[in-house]
Amino acid sequence: MDAFAQQLVNGLTLGSLYALIAVGYTVVYGIIQLINFAHGEIFMIGAFGALSTWLIFFDGNLALWVLPFMILGAILASVTTAVLMERIAYRPLRHAPRLAPLISAIGISIFLQEAVRLFYGSVPFADFPDAKQRVPFPQIEVVTGPAFQLGNVTIQRSALFTIGALIMCAAGLWYFVNLTKTGRAMQAVSQDPDTARLMGINVNRIIVVAFAVGATLAAIAGIAQGLQVTNINFRMGFLAGLKAFTAAVLGGIGNVWGAVVGGLTLGIVEAMAVQFIPGTFGGSPWKDVWAFALLIIVLVFRPQGILGARVVDRA
Amino acid sequence: MSAMLEVKDLEVAYGKIKAVKGISFDVNEGEVVSLIGTNGAGKTTTLRTISGLLRPTSGSIRFKGKDITTVEAHDIVQLGLAHSPEGRRIFPRLTVEENLYLGAFARKDKGIDADLEAAYELFPILRERRAQPAGTFSGGEQQMLAMGRAMMSRPQLLMLDEPSMGLSPIMMKRIMTTVTTLQQQGTTILLVEQNAQAALKRATKGYVLEVGSIVLSGTGAELLSSDDVRKAYLGED
Repeated sequence: MDAFAQQLVNGLTLGSLYALIAVGYTVVYGIIQLINFAHGEIFMIGAFGALSTWLIFFDGNLALWVLPFMILGAILASVTTAVLMERIAYRPLRHAPRLAPLISAIGISIFLQEAVRLFYGSVPFADFPDAKQRVPFPQIEVVTGPAFQLGNVTIQRSALFTIGALIMCAAGLWYFVNLTKTGRAMQAVSQDPDTARLMGINVNRIIVVAFAVGATLAAIAGIAQGLQVTNINFRMGFLAGLKAFTAAVLGGIGNVWGAVVGGLTLGIVEAMAVQFIPGTFGGSPWKDVWAFALLIIVLVFRPQGILGARVVDRA
Repeated sequence: MSAMLEVKDLEVAYGKIKAVKGISFDVNEGEVVSLIGTNGAGKTTTLRTISGLLRPTSGSIRFKGKDITTVEAHDIVQLGLAHSPEGRRIFPRLTVEENLYLGAFARKDKGIDADLEAAYELFPILRERRAQPAGTFSGGEQQMLAMGRAMMSRPQLLMLDEPSMGLSPIMMKRIMTTVTTLQQQGTTILLVEQNAQAALKRATKGYVLEVGSIVLSGTGAELLSSDDVRKAYLGED
């Protein structure tokens, strides 16, 4: 029972991280039916944006009040990258065959990884560490430190930060999509882009908003990852991005709440598989196998995903 | 005094296929102008080009004296030209009221709520069902919503594409009566219809389109009594 509760906590933590990234895949897909395979890199850039902010303005200071500024820096870095990416790599290909933007995405992905790997340590305006290997991430007080003990269940502070971040982001997203004028315009574009234009909605602007929203959540996920793992690296976006994409498909690609449900499901299944699958196929080396096995099972029996692909939509 | 809408030598093509082959027509303020013709005559293509969803290969479109041939669709609606598209195209998973508010998306003035009231006044059923997802509506109700939504932009010129398509005779009459009401309230209307009888009865002016060209024009009454129109569109020998 303790083992189950512990894995549930671990699963929810991992799942929250997946969910935060998965929203970015699904929001963009809901609007322009594009799988933005470079989205994992936006998550990575978020983590480096937070680190850079810390190194430039707060080096050595681990007080909690620094965290909001790191979050701001992360969001700024991620959103800027995502918006430029849309403008340069995707918009010119809007009416090209579907394979073209996909290849463009892979190119952007490699470009961003290599840019961080090669140039992070040699930027002229600051004294950043070399990023060819792992870089330590500032362990901010209160959100890191001694874990909480609930009976026999250990809860890391960074886990609470991650789960809390998902709850706040989901609430904010719900408000944005359903109750703001721009949010409603987003739903309109995802349901019928031509008619949305007849309403006076600038579709290009809404696409930019979709990229920015996804980047914001990915940036926060990047910080959560840095706090949990204590270091970050230029390759961190690859597997996290792939898992989050899996989560988005699992929940129903295009459906914002599907991304949240899919992320949490994937996280919990991974954690449980590590604990409860016995023998050769058990344990943590096999967790990715079970994660993708789940994806295949869902795709075979429920191709529309858990909540169904219903585009950017209400819960 | 120039016309409110002037379409001149308009040509529109899908790839190599010309759908509209150089048509010209005018809509004056206060008129109801009908474009009639069979399927594939180019009626819908013409409207979609005027509202900026399609780009013409040649020709020009002027609205209130301003050349709008290359203006973006989302900017055209702000000039006072609304388009209620073929097939109604309401946003199915948004509520009735959200659909109506989207009609006023481009507006920044304070009269939006008053116009929402006006739309509810025009179609009381919309008020009754304002919290319902629009996709659960019948065809007639969706048509009312589509027209209400178009009116929410407070247009000077309203383009209606086949508003009577697929409706029961009673509902068709209701919609057509509303067209007259809107005209009396001061909205100029460009009406595309396959139902020639209903469209021409209300029209101050009409144009008959055949495979991308205007083959006949005149007042509504003239066209209704023309032998060609009676044979081709009203099913009389």
